[in-house]
Amino acid sequence: MCADVTTDVIKDASMLKQKEMIASNYDKITSAPETGVKVSSTFVPGNLNELTMCFDIANNLPEINALSNAMRKKTGAMISDAEKMGHSEDVCTYVKADLGMMAKGNIAPNGKPMPNPDMLLLSYTGCYTFLKWFELLREQYKCPTVMLHVPYEGEGKITKNMRDYVVKQLKEEVIPTMEQVSGVKFDIDRLREYMKDSAKAEDDLVWVLQSAKNVRSPIDAYFGAVYYIGPIFSAFRGTKDAVEYYSLLRSEIEERLAKGLGPVTPEGEMGEEKYRLVVEGPPNWTNFREFWKMFHEDGAVVVASSYSKVGGVYDYDGFRHDPQNPLESLAEYCMGCYTNRNLPDRTTMMADLVEEYQADGLLINSIKSCNSFAAGELLMLREVEARTGKPGAFIETDLVDPRYFSPANVKNRLESYFQMIEQKRQGGAQAA
Amino acid sequence: MKCYIGIDLGSTTTKAILMDDNMDVLGQGITNSRSNYDTAAAVSKQEAMISTRFTLFHRAFEEIPQLEGKVDDFLGGLERNFRLEQYLEQLQDLRDTCAGFVDNVRYKGMEKAMVEALDTTFGQLAEEAIPLFAPGAERKSDFFRDIAGGRFMAISEEVAKQADLSYDVLLNVYDKSIIEVENRPPAGDLAGKFMRAMDKLVTESPEFDIKDAELGKPIQEALDVELEETFVVGTGYGRVRLPFPKDHIRSEILCHGLGAHMMYPETRTVLDIGGQDTKAIQVDGQGIVENFQMNDRCAAGCGRYLGYIADEMNMGVHELGPLASKATKVAKINSTCTVFAGAELRDRLALGEKREDVLAGLHRAIILRAMSIISRSGGVTDQFTFTGGVANNEAAVTELKKLIEENYGKVTINIDPDSIYTGALGGAAFALRAAQGDTTGQEEELGAA
Amino acid sequence: MSVKEIIDRCEVLFEDVNFTSAREWKDAKPGRKVVGYLPIYVPCEIIHAAGMLPIGILGGGSDLEVIHGDAYYQSYICRIPRSTVELGVTNRLDFIDGMLFPSTCDVIRNLSGVWKLMFPEVMARYFDTPQNYRKDIGGEFYKNDLRELIESLEELGGVKVTDDDLRNSIEVYNENRKWVNKVYQYRKDKPWKTPSAEIYLLMRAGEVLPPEEHTQMMQDYLAAVENEERRMKDNCRVVLNGSFCEQPPLGMIKSIELAGCYIVDDDFIMANRMITTDISTEGDPLENIANAFLTDSMPFPSKFEPSEEEKGLYLADYVRQSGAEGVIFAAASFCDPALLDQPLLYHVLDDQKIPYIAFQFAENSGQMQPIREQAGTFADSIKLWSAA
Repeated sequence: MCADVTTDVIKDASMLKQKEMIASNYDKITSAPETGVKVSSTFVPGNLNELTMCFDIANNLPEINALSNAMRKKTGAMISDAEKMGHSEDVCTYVKADLGMMAKGNIAPNGKPMPNPDMLLLSYTGCYTFLKWFELLREQYKCPTVMLHVPYEGEGKITKNMRDYVVKQLKEEVIPTMEQVSGVKFDIDRLREYMKDSAKAEDDLVWVLQSAKNVRSPIDAYFGAVYYIGPIFSAFRGTKDAVEYYSLLRSEIEERLAKGLGPVTPEGEMGEEKYRLVVEGPPNWTNFREFWKMFHEDGAVVVASSYSKVGGVYDYDGFRHDPQNPLESLAEYCMGCYTNRNLPDRTTMMADLVEEYQADGLLINSIKSCNSFAAGELLMLREVEARTGKPGAFIETDLVDPRYFSPANVKNRLESYFQMIEQKRQGGAQAA
Repeated sequence: MKCYIGIDLGSTTTKAILMDDNMDVLGQGITNSRSNYDTAAAVSKQEAMISTRFTLFHRAFEEIPQLEGKVDDFLGGLERNFRLEQYLEQLQDLRDTCAGFVDNVRYKGMEKAMVEALDTTFGQLAEEAIPLFAPGAERKSDFFRDIAGGRFMAISEEVAKQADLSYDVLLNVYDKSIIEVENRPPAGDLAGKFMRAMDKLVTESPEFDIKDAELGKPIQEALDVELEETFVVGTGYGRVRLPFPKDHIRSEILCHGLGAHMMYPETRTVLDIGGQDTKAIQVDGQGIVENFQMNDRCAAGCGRYLGYIADEMNMGVHELGPLASKATKVAKINSTCTVFAGAELRDRLALGEKREDVLAGLHRAIILRAMSIISRSGGVTDQFTFTGGVANNEAAVTELKKLIEENYGKVTINIDPDSIYTGALGGAAFALRAAQGDTTGQEEELGAA
Repeated sequence: MSVKEIIDRCEVLFEDVNFTSAREWKDAKPGRKVVGYLPIYVPCEIIHAAGMLPIGILGGGSDLEVIHGDAYYQSYICRIPRSTVELGVTNRLDFIDGMLFPSTCDVIRNLSGVWKLMFPEVMARYFDTPQNYRKDIGGEFYKNDLRELIESLEELGGVKVTDDDLRNSIEVYNENRKWVNKVYQYRKDKPWKTPSAEIYLLMRAGEVLPPEEHTQMMQDYLAAVENEERRMKDNCRVVLNGSFCEQPPLGMIKSIELAGCYIVDDDFIMANRMITTDISTEGDPLENIANAFLTDSMPFPSKFEPSEEEKGLYLADYVRQSGAEGVIFAAASFCDPALLDQPLLYHVLDDQKIPYIAFQFAENSGQMQPIREQAGTFADSIKLWSAA
């Protein structure tokens, strides 16, 4: 979800396109004081990009800023600044990196200062920390802050009551605030148009993610997918740019598939595919390349991941943005995001992915910062192992705090896991 | 003869196991890990080879009627003298290294006095070595640094005083030299040392005169057996830092699982509490790992924790267990965090709790933590094998047995006094399998699956 | 009844991790059901109206040895879910027919799913409260949400909950809250008469007793404590904040008071006084319960504060209303809502020149010495400050 490492990684047309898109969005945000464009900050899960576009508001995503800073090794100092300001060592490091970035002048990846947002869109989807995060930002920016309470799928379903509640909030709270901030009148037909493009891009994204079902997967659906989900999980869902990007990406992957190629890694073409894994949990960003290398140098490909569904689940139960029912569909999109689903459903999803993608097992990267993902993952691991009969493994890192990435520790567990898979295969072959 | 060697590079000690084609363990070796895993691996491997020679001697001598009932004495004497030879050789190395540092500009004008002092000191050290390795003598450690270090300081202090030389300069060259000596790959010429040890033994006990053809021949034959390093597997904490090719490295989890299976074939659950980590491993009837869990990033409740506690109480780590066993009640300790260990301990003692009760509580806390890791890995299935340094601690074992029974019912609990070699044993077995081509073909299987 | 008799009873209830009294209540009549709930808030009126006993599950306390619970939670997650799972897997909660996991944080939320997977025979529900406080939006959602809760309780108990049942239960809880507030007010007035450890135990008893019995107990306590000879000490007065979910060990509460701080207000257990007015018994009872939450409930960190200006002011109000001289922040380690909220509250206190200190605990914290030291230093500094 970050353009920073793309330059030295992959030179495919889709990558260049993405780099350009992300740069243009940062330019749009940082030039807002001159252009008069209004800026809204919001979160990846449950982001309402098509709606924001209806008001010509630029979309800024603090999570992405934090992870970009982590990839550029800047978050250690930012987190330490936030802790000096009174934030506990125990809490989410995205929040602390964001507050620390602010303290350091809020410089965007393009080197220019970020303007203060004109509104905070608190789409409260699948994470309680979001609520505190924007209360903390609001204290600094004193700007309009609109809460969109997205009910959790506690019972594993979306009820009419839940949908009505979100739609009502969109109509009565979110849209009026956006109209007020932007001075633009809401036009539902404009929203429908954007949503048509969302659905198109979503179709191509799903095709790409599902290409990993091929044994000799042409993609890595965790490390590689971080790039693939970038545009659609951030400021580009509903844009023509996104449609073009996903169509380009799809054709490139089609070509790789036809040629029987595996994933591309930062070190070039990946060697033989020895292990196929499903991964639960976000990646570590501070040591992203080092972390990825621990997989690809041992021949491990991630064929499916929950992280590729964090900003919307499109490939599991067929959800698409629906221009016919735009607000209802936005509501369902928000409620269906991965971390807004209950643990039994997430567990079933992971077990299904292990089976459908012919994986060797489930690997959990448990993130210290993120209880929304992490609380319950050890039970998920047990359940998925029991249901699939395939061994799982558990590693622990953090999102953007370099203090919590211990390479020797992670490598030790991964190596043990790969060798265990291999040993079981041999044992199984001998028994058979 | 083909030899398969497993080396387990732990955070505190490095262990090696050598086995033959029949999976018979012929030798084992242990050394401190130092900061240099290369040397630690080489030393432990050489120690395993030395121990293998003794096994071969043992086999050969059992056939000799003259030695009936005396094989153990003979081999004991031989080993003592061999260790003496080894010790003298290392002393010489240390002396030469020390002398080499004398040329430094900072010692200008003192060179002659220093070399003389060193010669006097090492002369005395060599003299002391003979009674140190005499029959029935006890040594506090088998590691060179432990034996030579203390005596060097005592003797050189005296020598320095008499020579009107600063004690500090001698200590200084010693400190530099001991690190070099420890990190130097072990010297070769094992056969020479064996022969010299044999000569010494014969002088000591003429009844073992090797000139007797009946004795000399089997010794020579045993010495002539070439110990070929057919395949070496490295495992343990330090394995990634070894210059081993990748196919010679196995994860410690796999090695531990297999090692425990080899020691106790009915093992299904293995618990290992080492210095840096705690592992719970589930294995099947073939010793194949089914599941594993390790302590998380935090090293709470590992062997190192006991080390901190021992430091805090100014005791040796091996004294903790016996004292804890004297407890009349178990104090409730909540934190197994090494960072808070000292504070909690002081708090308890300040509240008037007895040392032994607090220690018993600490041991229980460690085992409770291990129980959680076991539970995380899938619980306990009969039989249960406990390995690692903490397995030698009786207070910990008592708590473990209690908690296992409370939570999982009656289960056979295996603890081998040599359990420290579990990982190396598994490694050696993997070496044998690898040499038999057991790792090839796995890719085809993946394709077929 | 004497204070000692009452508090002894409370202490027995508090220490009993097998919930004997709730088991006895259940066994007294066939068909009775017990519903557990985690912090911070569920409307107990509804459970009560279904003829069931609501009991607060507030973790395993300081003495429970957690073996299996630890197997489900990483070291960087707070302790309450692991000790709660431990209670579950050791069959200490096997008499509980339903469990509610309120909208508190990601950990408690996900625990609802853990419960569904681990104890499928128990009715386990995530319980959402609205973050939108308009009656036609959040109110409507919440009312329907409560309706769904009632339906699942009806199914669980094989009963029908009528509006009159609800009104009756509203009255019972109005009465209970009235006495909870009286106890809190009494302590504000005469903290030397009411050690906070006693108040805490008295409130904890309400988490496992039927509300009618708890109300009687509080009445008895207030009557008895007035006659108790207790000497006023030269302590400072503090508000304690941040312990609304995972509960501190009793030793921590005692240590703070021993160190020279009267706790004159706290947020240890919020469910029993979350609603700040009497809920009306006229009209639609569900709507009344829902609206009470929207307009008359206490602020807490998991609840969105729509107004930037209002954020955290409540804490300064508590300080004023209780005549306190400072705030002690005591949050459970790894408690996201409490710890993320704290810097915002610091700023409010800074603005109003109210002194504060902060430390963390876990429900099984064993070391009280640092807490005694910090609280003692804080008390001394407040005295010096007010003398200057």
